[in-house]
Amino acid sequence: MAPGRRRHERLRWSKLYTFSCLRPTVVTDDELPHPLQGPGYSRLVHCNQPGLHQKKPLNYCTNHISTTKYNIITFLPKAIFEQFRRVANVYFLLTASLSLTPVTPFSAVSMIAPLAFVVGLSMAKEAMEDWNRFVQDMKVNSRKVSVHNGEGRFGYKHWQEIRVGDVVRVEKDQFFPADLLLLSSSYEDGICYVETMNLDGETNLKVKRSLEVTLPLDGDASFRHFASTIRCEDPNPNLYTFVGNFECEKKVYALDPGQILLRDSKLRNTTYVYGVAIFTGHDSKVMQNATESPSKRSRIEKKMDNIIYVLFTFLILISLISSIGYGVLTKFGMPHWWYLQPSATSYVYDASKPVLSGFYHLLTALILYGYLIPISLYVSIEVVKVLQATFINQDIHMRDEDTGNPAQARTSNLNEELGQVDTILSDKTGTLTCNQMDFLRCSIAGVPYGVGSSEVEIAAVKQIASEVSGTIEQHSSTQDFWEDSGDGFGSPECELEVGIARMVGKPHRPTTKGFSFEDDRLIHGNWAKEPNAGTILVFLRVLALCHTAIAEPNEKTGGFTYEAESPDEAAFLVAAREFGFEFCKRTQSSVFIRERYSPSEDPVEREFKVLNILEFNSKRKRMSVILRDEAGQIILLCKGADRFDLAPKEASFFFFFFFFPPHEPNSIILDRLSKNGRTYEIETIKHLNEYGEAGLRTLALAYRVLDESEYSAWNTEFLKAKTTIGHHREAELERVSDTIERDLILVGATAVEDKLQKGVPQCIDKLAQAGLKIWVLTGDKMETAINIGFACSLLRQGMKQICLSVDSSNILSLNKEKAAKENTLMQITDAHEMVKLEKDPNAAFALIIDGKTLTYALEDDLKNQFLSLAVNCASVICCRVSPKQKALVTRLVKEGTGKTTLAIGDGANDVGMIQEADIGVGISGVEGMQAVMASDFSISQFRFLERLLVVHGHWCYKRIAQMICYFFYKNIAFGLTIFYFEAYTGFSGQSVYDDWYMLLFNVVLTSLPVISLGVFEQDVSSEVCLQFPALYQQGPRNLFFDWYRIFGWMGNGLYSSIAIYFLSIQIFYNQAFRADGQTADMAAVGTSMFTCIVWTVNLQIVLTMSHFTWIQHLFVWGSIATWYLFLIAYGMFSPVISGNAYRILSEALGPAPIYWAATLLATLSCNSPYLVYIAFQRALNPLDHHVIQEIKHYRKDVEDQHMWKRERSKARQRTKIGFTARVDAKIRQLKRKLQKKVSSLSIQTQS
Amino acid sequence: MRPTTTPEGTRRVQRLWLTGAEKTLLSIPTSFSPPSSLLPPPTSPNGSGLPAARSPLGSHLDLFCDINPMGDSTSPSDGPAEPRRKSKKPKYSRFTQQELPACKPLLTPMIVVTTFALIGIIFIPIGLASLSASEQVVEIVYQYDVDCIPEQSQNDKVAFIQSSVTNKTCTRTLTVPRHMDGPVHIYYELDNFYQNHRRYVKSRSDKQLRSKASEKVTTNCAPEATTSDGSVIVPCGLIAWSLFNDTYSFAIDSKTIEVNKKNIAWQSDKEHKFGNDVYPKNFQMGGLIGGAKLNASIPLSEQEDLIVWMRTAALPKFRKLYGRIETDLDANEQITVTIQNNYNTYSFEGKKKLVLSTTSWIGGKNDFLGTAYLTVGSLCLFLAMAFIVLYLLKPRTLGDPSYLSWNRNPDGHY
Repeated sequence: MAPGRRRHERLRWSKLYTFSCLRPTVVTDDELPHPLQGPGYSRLVHCNQPGLHQKKPLNYCTNHISTTKYNIITFLPKAIFEQFRRVANVYFLLTASLSLTPVTPFSAVSMIAPLAFVVGLSMAKEAMEDWNRFVQDMKVNSRKVSVHNGEGRFGYKHWQEIRVGDVVRVEKDQFFPADLLLLSSSYEDGICYVETMNLDGETNLKVKRSLEVTLPLDGDASFRHFASTIRCEDPNPNLYTFVGNFECEKKVYALDPGQILLRDSKLRNTTYVYGVAIFTGHDSKVMQNATESPSKRSRIEKKMDNIIYVLFTFLILISLISSIGYGVLTKFGMPHWWYLQPSATSYVYDASKPVLSGFYHLLTALILYGYLIPISLYVSIEVVKVLQATFINQDIHMRDEDTGNPAQARTSNLNEELGQVDTILSDKTGTLTCNQMDFLRCSIAGVPYGVGSSEVEIAAVKQIASEVSGTIEQHSSTQDFWEDSGDGFGSPECELEVGIARMVGKPHRPTTKGFSFEDDRLIHGNWAKEPNAGTILVFLRVLALCHTAIAEPNEKTGGFTYEAESPDEAAFLVAAREFGFEFCKRTQSSVFIRERYSPSEDPVEREFKVLNILEFNSKRKRMSVILRDEAGQIILLCKGADRFDLAPKEASFFFFFFFFPPHEPNSIILDRLSKNGRTYEIETIKHLNEYGEAGLRTLALAYRVLDESEYSAWNTEFLKAKTTIGHHREAELERVSDTIERDLILVGATAVEDKLQKGVPQCIDKLAQAGLKIWVLTGDKMETAINIGFACSLLRQGMKQICLSVDSSNILSLNKEKAAKENTLMQITDAHEMVKLEKDPNAAFALIIDGKTLTYALEDDLKNQFLSLAVNCASVICCRVSPKQKALVTRLVKEGTGKTTLAIGDGANDVGMIQEADIGVGISGVEGMQAVMASDFSISQFRFLERLLVVHGHWCYKRIAQMICYFFYKNIAFGLTIFYFEAYTGFSGQSVYDDWYMLLFNVVLTSLPVISLGVFEQDVSSEVCLQFPALYQQGPRNLFFDWYRIFGWMGNGLYSSIAIYFLSIQIFYNQAFRADGQTADMAAVGTSMFTCIVWTVNLQIVLTMSHFTWIQHLFVWGSIATWYLFLIAYGMFSPVISGNAYRILSEALGPAPIYWAATLLATLSCNSPYLVYIAFQRALNPLDHHVIQEIKHYRKDVEDQHMWKRERSKARQRTKIGFTARVDAKIRQLKRKLQKKVSSLSIQTQS
Repeated sequence: MRPTTTPEGTRRVQRLWLTGAEKTLLSIPTSFSPPSSLLPPPTSPNGSGLPAARSPLGSHLDLFCDINPMGDSTSPSDGPAEPRRKSKKPKYSRFTQQELPACKPLLTPMIVVTTFALIGIIFIPIGLASLSASEQVVEIVYQYDVDCIPEQSQNDKVAFIQSSVTNKTCTRTLTVPRHMDGPVHIYYELDNFYQNHRRYVKSRSDKQLRSKASEKVTTNCAPEATTSDGSVIVPCGLIAWSLFNDTYSFAIDSKTIEVNKKNIAWQSDKEHKFGNDVYPKNFQMGGLIGGAKLNASIPLSEQEDLIVWMRTAALPKFRKLYGRIETDLDANEQITVTIQNNYNTYSFEGKKKLVLSTTSWIGGKNDFLGTAYLTVGSLCLFLAMAFIVLYLLKPRTLGDPSYLSWNRNPDGHY
């Protein structure tokens, strides 16, 4: 470690910063040591003495973490237990063990082998998945961090070796290995910046500061003799609280969350920090927050269990019938059947004890009819799902081109659930946005600059283009529409042209990160030629000076990289640099910028002395710096939020229900302008509104020149306020700051794009068209969230916003909680009334709620009202929610609506909701892996969600649904023939089929076709899925797996079994079945019947499938061919093995025409009812995919592209969100205008 | 505000639209959707919109699938992915992208009607052929189980049949109804005899039957596995033990007709299933006597009655081949049958019948097959007609977008 390297950064931030970094010099009342007593506060940490923590009672858990389900010893028992939690498996285990006793109708091997195979395969899958978790844990556990080894020396250790009490040094951009107490940092006053994105999703940096007493510990050597103790609370999951005392040299200091560095958050902007581990491993707050990942099962699978219960009931029923029949026949018939020697029977056939025999026979029957419950169903589904997951993983269209990350189905259990999603709950930062700000436009002196479009606009323009061109085609005027409409209509079309020109016309030039500004009037020093060059100069200086960032020289490029607290500040600095105002250095008292007025000139370096920084906070929503320039003039530069002040004409569209607590001013900067500072106010407001509508983040910039005397008077007051003791300090500082930020002169406004991830608006639009509801849950501030809402078109002008927020500080009631809750209830009820009373069918509501209000809204007595309000709103945005609340909201939606929910997020703060939702999707590719680890699917960008749901989800849902239905069908068709035969054998439990036929039926003869159905079936191609999002609704509406369909399939199976059995029996009755005169024995009848079944079920799957590649052909026809090949092969084995099936095909059945005739007859009669059904359905009531298949088949889409396009646009769900809705609203607005115009025209002509 | 509108952009837009219009002009619209809510109904751009001309049955037979390699011809841009720079990127393959060339048959009205008509057209001739084949078969069935018990023993048939002293010979005369071409197959038919009972079916030892070496393998044969002194019974088991032992002999005009009892069993059974070195041993020597006794000097492979019997029947009512009369039998000939009525079916009230039958290609007399074929065939023809009527009454142009759910109920579509 080179101590001198970071000298230039050794600023005393407390001098620069006014509020948050300021350390009170005197200990105030509320900072006295906590009286830590009683349970919950027992933890004792000996700092720098980890040795003391090696034995009880201080032997806290190590920093080793493990998220695996099993270990080597517990794997077998636990995994087996898991397997036999499936009812069907228990049943099969029972039958397998019974097959070792004399009651079995089959050989033991044919019962045990499939079970072992099925269970073994599932367990292998479990083992694989757990192994992956183990590897991931190992990766985390073996990360290295520098730890104090004693004697003032530090050495690298694995994370897992860290013990409580260890002193660790964490370097910049490293994660904290455990929950640490901050001791000191590379900054002299012991502050450090922390990014807690993994914990709460917030991306702005948080400042932590150490205790004064530990400040001297700023080098490796100083830890040689350091020793102290910490008493604090026990491990708990509360991220934002910490109670503890730090005891050092007999003095006790209170600790608060401000000194705690949490595991999995990251050190930013700070070279290094020293900290002592308080909570390690599973004790750390983030691990305490982790809930055990629940095993999720899809809806279809749950329903499948119900079907299995139905079948079980049925199985038991027919077994009972069978055993009663057997008992009766045994009692009354058996004594007369001398050929069975009833006098010398075993207990199974004892005629004298019919009840006992009946009971034994019940067991036999349960095994015999076991074919009703398809044992191979589970294993086939597992295989199919793994293959489906492989397809998801392999999909090139879901692969991030930049990182190469593919989509990943981490559990294959939920593939089909993807096709049934109703509500998407999305995180914001990192999911919808990339957390990168782009300086896009600005308005200076009332002139708008910047022609670049935000992504939203580009997408919207595309949409309008298609919409409007559709309109034109329909009008079919032969005139060139563009010519006469250019001046007639006005704005949208010309915007359109611009948009398209921009989109397609210009090749995208390589842009600087954070800077997408395009306007030649400002760049390359051209601004100096603009009429308002003076104002522009001030504007650019505000950008370059009014911030708290640090410039760091970048060796590679020779320029500077800026480390700012928030990404928009960095974007401003980059913008300023591009315009020629490069911020290059910050010292204790000054800011240096290099100004360049034209490209030819050399830059001039100017120094501005920083007198004060009035920092940004969420309440003030502005920041100012007071500077003294080189001429000695004192200037106040101010930038502030100005998003929500609206011109009166817009107010009717933009309806605020309850936006801010009433005492808050709507305008931050504009209220503070001086009389002569309002020159550009009107234009600027107009531009601010435009920018806002385009989904950009706006700030207004202003300045003020201060008199020397005025300043010094104010400064005295400010200094006084700074040294105020007690909790009035903040308020006092604010009040004083407020007095100077007056009489400002407006220079302009900036518009920064919170860069959305690629394709997010389009994706949201498509998902909305597919009928999905999208909720945004974010830990961010309300303003930010609303901005993003606009950017992704979840919100738009004209939408009625319902903002629920309770400011409990304004409530003067004694019982604040209660009052706040009542307030919440009142707001919800009011909003509900308003939604109900709304007449306009096109009206859309947006619900915006903040975390605190949500706490009340989620309480048991309010949550249903809240939910019913929320589902009536087109979009829902929850801001400032904690990870826990995210999970609670998800649960509320999941349980309240009973629909399938999907949660998508990228950070550790989303883990709760990802686990809670029916499907959790993690965004991979960002640093933290927690979300991905907890997720069921991971994709690298939000936009891939569309394909994941609309294509893969749709397919998988249909595949699995059809596959399961078919499975039950085929096993019923097969299993029931065994039952019918029983009635003819005196219910003795004899099967008409050879054991081998039965074994092969599920494993070989029918397995591959059904797997190919489950893996390859496509009702429509992926393009069509994407073009017709409405097709997706077949999943959430569960058209393919409702009880009608299931029972329909079962009925089909029942019919097939009856038809096959009785046709075969009647045809092979007692007469000769060949010209040679031989009669059919049991083997011949059984084989013939089985042939019919093989043909029937395989033809049935052909009728079910609509997509045949060579694979399907191979599997289906191959299965049928395999049956004959098997018969030939089996017939060639020695008769000891094949028994009566010896040469059955080649000698007995093959030459008999009646055998083939029976096959043909039975097969076609079994399949024709289904054919009639589907022909009827298609003729009278075709489903959407049927019609689309036809259109595609006749190439109507190519011949009649107009129709195809029209249908595509109609297939969209009528949405209230997304830019389609935005465009719709715009078109309505235009039409109204047009109507007015036309009517006024007609009036004119009449007169 | 109209900043920097590039003429290029405007041109581009116009072009886009013109291409659309050109295509509209070139293609003949086949159908129109109902007027959209927003816009006036479309009129054909060339002013001569031809009426939709597709017949309700579809214009051609779509039995052949079109192999459409990319699945979607409208997206030419979706060709094989261009080589990517990332090595991490897997190679594009049609298989992993689920874009294998596929045949997507469509269930058009034409196919439906054709299928049913075809089934009908194929099934009805098969049915007629089967019926006529069955018609050719001449069958004489004679139930003798009651007849052959003397009047005085009718009350206790079981005692009569179990007695070793009663005379069980029974002579009857049968009339040949139609000319019967030889060979005439002789069957015995038993009823209510559960040869398919699990206890019965299992009670045999294929190994023992096959070779002398496995003589001692009598695993499933109890209680007919060994004699009381422990020596092995060959053939063991209940099936063999209960071997049918009625015998028939025939005469016309007191001239005996030869009954050929060779080749009544499957050839493979004789050659491979029943060993030619396996001789009956201790058979029917135990306490209980079941059915027929076997000649201990003839190997099992030549005991065809046993071989036939050992092929257990599927149903409790079954016929088994007894032998053949190789000569023709003329119509109205009187056949004298001498029956040795030994087998006890009286305990379980089973019927015994003697059957003489000729065969045709469908085997014995079997009207069911023909009837079933005729029924299914005519049903399918009827369905074909019904579907034609349906398609005429409710014609639907295939691929008519007005049937899409969002066009059918525009408000609450899915």
